[in-house]
Amino acid sequence: MTSIQLEQSPQPISQQKPSFLKKIWRFIKKNPAGVAGMILVLLSISAALFSQWIAPFDPSKASLTSRLAPPSWADETGESVFFLGADQVGRDLFSRIIYGAKISLMVGFFGVLISLVIGTILGLVAGYFGKWLDDFIMRVADIQLAFPFILFAIVIMSVLGTGIWKIIIILGLTYWVGFARLIRGEVISLKEQEYIHAAKAIGGTTFTIIRKHILPNVMSSILVLGTMYIAEFILLEASLTFLGLGVDPTIPSWGGMLADSRNYVTTAWWTATFPGIAIMLTVLGFNLLGDWLRDKFDPNMKL
Amino acid sequence: MIAYIIRRLLHTILVVFAISLIIFFSVRLTGDPVSVMFQAGEPTKEAIAEVRKNLGLDEPLYVQYGIFLKGLITFDFGESFRSGMPVIDLIKEKLGATLALAFGGMAVAIMIAFPVGILSAVKRGTGVDFFGRIFSLIGISFPNFWLGIMLILIFAVNLKWLPSSGFESFKHLILPSITLGMILSGILARLVRSSMLEVMNQQYISTAKSKGISDFAVIIKHAFRNALLPTVTFLGLQFGALLGGTVIVEQIFSWPGIGRLIIDAINQRDYPVIQGGVIFLAVIMVAVNLVIDLSYTLIDPRIKIGGSRS
Repeated sequence: MTSIQLEQSPQPISQQKPSFLKKIWRFIKKNPAGVAGMILVLLSISAALFSQWIAPFDPSKASLTSRLAPPSWADETGESVFFLGADQVGRDLFSRIIYGAKISLMVGFFGVLISLVIGTILGLVAGYFGKWLDDFIMRVADIQLAFPFILFAIVIMSVLGTGIWKIIIILGLTYWVGFARLIRGEVISLKEQEYIHAAKAIGGTTFTIIRKHILPNVMSSILVLGTMYIAEFILLEASLTFLGLGVDPTIPSWGGMLADSRNYVTTAWWTATFPGIAIMLTVLGFNLLGDWLRDKFDPNMKL
Repeated sequence: MIAYIIRRLLHTILVVFAISLIIFFSVRLTGDPVSVMFQAGEPTKEAIAEVRKNLGLDEPLYVQYGIFLKGLITFDFGESFRSGMPVIDLIKEKLGATLALAFGGMAVAIMIAFPVGILSAVKRGTGVDFFGRIFSLIGISFPNFWLGIMLILIFAVNLKWLPSSGFESFKHLILPSITLGMILSGILARLVRSSMLEVMNQQYISTAKSKGISDFAVIIKHAFRNALLPTVTFLGLQFGALLGGTVIVEQIFSWPGIGRLIIDAINQRDYPVIQGGVIFLAVIMVAVNLVIDLSYTLIDPRIKIGGSRS
């Protein structure tokens, strides 16, 4: 096969290295799902970071004349074009979706950051030191796992009231369990490796061993689980906000937009459709990316 | 074995106790229910004191918690601040609808995930597998309440095939069940696929094939039956998540279940109902997990009963 191609190819491919573009093309062809995930994630991150410049309108500017305006590409007056339509008080849906990305990604990233830090520390401690510390941490984890998150969040948020940082903290304080269990398991098997024994034998302190020999080895698992949790946190935040127990309803957020749309869905399908598509594409992006990372690092990873 | 069962039971009691503590104290973190109840008019101090006394809110917290804990054991969650009805009666009234929805969701998940997962595994690496995997990935990538809204839009508003709210007949159950079961079907299809693949690599499958049994019989009788165990365990554990999911789905379809009861109670600061409803759902979930865990060890004696949790 290759030899035939070589004969037919008019150019000698002697020392020519594949160009940068070719490398990228090859990468895309090899990992279509991973690349699709990356593109979706990059799109949502750019929407969140550059909302002011991307959004054509002020996301909270209401206008009576454009109440529930349907999606349109062109307007006779040429003044306002809502290409995804407008909501029940005449706010541009597209601009609100762009701004909504801020909320979803903030909850995803910071929620994961908190649960990751807590979970990693507790997982390392439980796995490395074992004994009663391990028993205690894992028992707390078991209890937390047995308690369904959505009920917990509903109770706490109904008491504390809405707010983005409240959700982030609640997610962080609940989902550390996933990281802790994963890392504990890996540390327990790593601990018995010969190079760890060797590091101990030459007088490495516990802190050095954990930092230099254990942590780098669990990084890939942390990255994979973190990516998948971002997807899950975005969904949970949207659900809570939809119930009126999430972020402040005056801030543009995808869950809030869907909650607003409930009373108008029969007359204005666009108000419910587009925010949902935004959630789906973003979450799909993180899930695709997480899947790809897992396959890349370790296809047998139990996630 | 018996030691294991006892340890598991003790653990369950500990969990329920922890849940009761969390719920009881978080519900009382802020806000005085009486002040919310009197929102409309300007109540006199005496009137407030009277109501507080009637509701038992003048007792110290630990006494209130003691009463709550005692009620938990006897399934007596007190009376609704609003309607005066015993909370357990309110829950009983709504339990049927919530359970119907949860089982409907599980049925939908099974009906979708088993064929998709098995086909994906059998036709591994082909277009069928690709679509199966895409399906499960998309299945876990959107919020179920959005799916509910879209289903209402299509099947209730435009096509007018199915009702969009209430629970009066089997027809009412269809859209909410699909909404609830869809996400689970995505996760489940993945699990069925991977456990099928694991089983298909076993030697007894090659043996069965070499005996000349039809592919279909091998897949169903030999592979699928063995792949079923992890799937069933998983389904049992997911029952809890399904019950949690009903809270949201019930809001969309105006479903007369416990989830709606809880959310309505939250809006009215009806503490006994919030407490009772949440703890009731939580206890069901914990109990289901316990039963699954115990029966799992009975079904499959290979499972290590020792304490290793790694």
